[in-house]
Amino acid sequence: MTANELDDFITASARALALPVDPAWYPAIRANLETTLRLAAVVAEFALPDDAEPAPVFRA
Amino acid sequence: MIDLAEASACDIAGAVERGEASVAAVVEAALGRIERCDPALNAFTDVAAERARRRAAALDGRRAKGEKLGPLAGVPFAVKNLFDVAGLATRAGSKINRELPAAARDAPLIERLEAAGAVLIGALNMGEYAYDFTGENVHDGPSRNPHDTGRMTGGSSGGSGAAVAGRLVPLALGSDTNGSIRVPASLCGLFGLKPTYGRLTRARSFPFVTSLDHVGPLGRSAADLAAAYDAMQGPDPEDPVCALRPVEPTMPLLGKKLEGLRIATAGGYFSKGQSLPGRAAIAAVAAALNATAEIEWPHAARARAAAFIITAAEGACLHVDRLRRRPNDYDPAVRDRLIAGAMVPAIAVEQAQKFRRWYRGEVAALFRDVDAVIAPATPCTAPRIGEESFVLDGATMPLRANLGIYTQPISFIGLPVVVVPVPLSPLPIGVQIIAAPWREDVALRIAHALEAMGVVAAPKPPG
Repeated sequence: MTANELDDFITASARALALPVDPAWYPAIRANLETTLRLAAVVAEFALPDDAEPAPVFRA
Repeated sequence: MIDLAEASACDIAGAVERGEASVAAVVEAALGRIERCDPALNAFTDVAAERARRRAAALDGRRAKGEKLGPLAGVPFAVKNLFDVAGLATRAGSKINRELPAAARDAPLIERLEAAGAVLIGALNMGEYAYDFTGENVHDGPSRNPHDTGRMTGGSSGGSGAAVAGRLVPLALGSDTNGSIRVPASLCGLFGLKPTYGRLTRARSFPFVTSLDHVGPLGRSAADLAAAYDAMQGPDPEDPVCALRPVEPTMPLLGKKLEGLRIATAGGYFSKGQSLPGRAAIAAVAAALNATAEIEWPHAARARAAAFIITAAEGACLHVDRLRRRPNDYDPAVRDRLIAGAMVPAIAVEQAQKFRRWYRGEVAALFRDVDAVIAPATPCTAPRIGEESFVLDGATMPLRANLGIYTQPISFIGLPVVVVPVPLSPLPIGVQIIAAPWREDVALRIAHALEAMGVVAAPKPPG
């Protein structure tokens, strides 16, 4: 996503979540979101079977 | 006469039980050190002097009647300020939470340590809401590294690192979601135990990422960690994640020889990006343990990525209402991370949780062939306070996110880890001893043996 597209996403998400976002906060939020989405792609590219169980309550 | 500043928790407990020191004298000595040294270290946010004195008098009275006080008799300790302390608001490093009503009751881990004879001395500085690897705090100021007060303690349990390394107390509690016990232990030159996920109750502590939150002790010896850990184990219905396992004491196993243990060094991901001190520390520990085998830890980078995503999203979920109402009362850096976390797609979080279970299986298979794995704890020694980037393998990297690169893939699946301090000059650095789930005893035994060999130790700060 481009910086403008990310900013549009931030604006829309902030509205959907009723989060106040000052325009001055956009660069830092964008940078954090960019990192997280990049890392999400790293996880998503690794194919797991359909029956893979998530671990929301994890037991070691 | 015992040197109360330098004495370990076990030494203090022994001296108290033998009648060589009163609890009152131990407590007054700790309070005196805090008064003299804390202005330079900024470790404490609350000193519970009157409470500690009352308790010391009660313990001395019990001892005078011939009662045994317990394995931590008279040991002063302090807790990261996200643990409930009766009479204090649990600030969790924040401005907002200090307006909460005072806690009615101590966290169970405080109750369990005090039941073993220890004495709570106060609450400790931390990174805001534990979303931090530096030990800096915009509201309370940074905790400072006793080995060089211009440098970071590491976080988020930064006050815990400063208080124990600075000899204010021999023992402190911290929490570790992605590395917040292990990073300060490494940067401050301490032993730190992050137990298996679910081993120690987190009840009455302010959460951060419940999928990943752990709590545990920092100290200046492996035996002190074992003594504290043994006192704190056991089920607790107040924490739904806390395991139903009975107490499995580690102290009696501490001196057991290491023969027969299969110990390897983590290669691949864990051998990249290390500083020269980090490499030297790993080499020293591996040589002492004759750990010649190197194993490839599976998918560590992806595990770190998944831990990062779950942290962002769960942290945001915890804070979303406060972010709506009081965004300007957060540290701006924490606020912006949390707001970004609120916008992470649900699919990314679910994929991360699915990957987590799969990865757990892969790592469990690895532990069929080894009993413990050695890995770096931090990529560098303590950076200067305020530093924002560092150079690793020739590349400039943002510091805050990357201090936990070696700790995140491990806590992601809740494996127990003891960080051991390698006393390099001018600054110490830690090494992770990672064991299979519920085998804290193995990691503590190895740490204890390394200490006996003189390879690891919590170095005394200058001055």
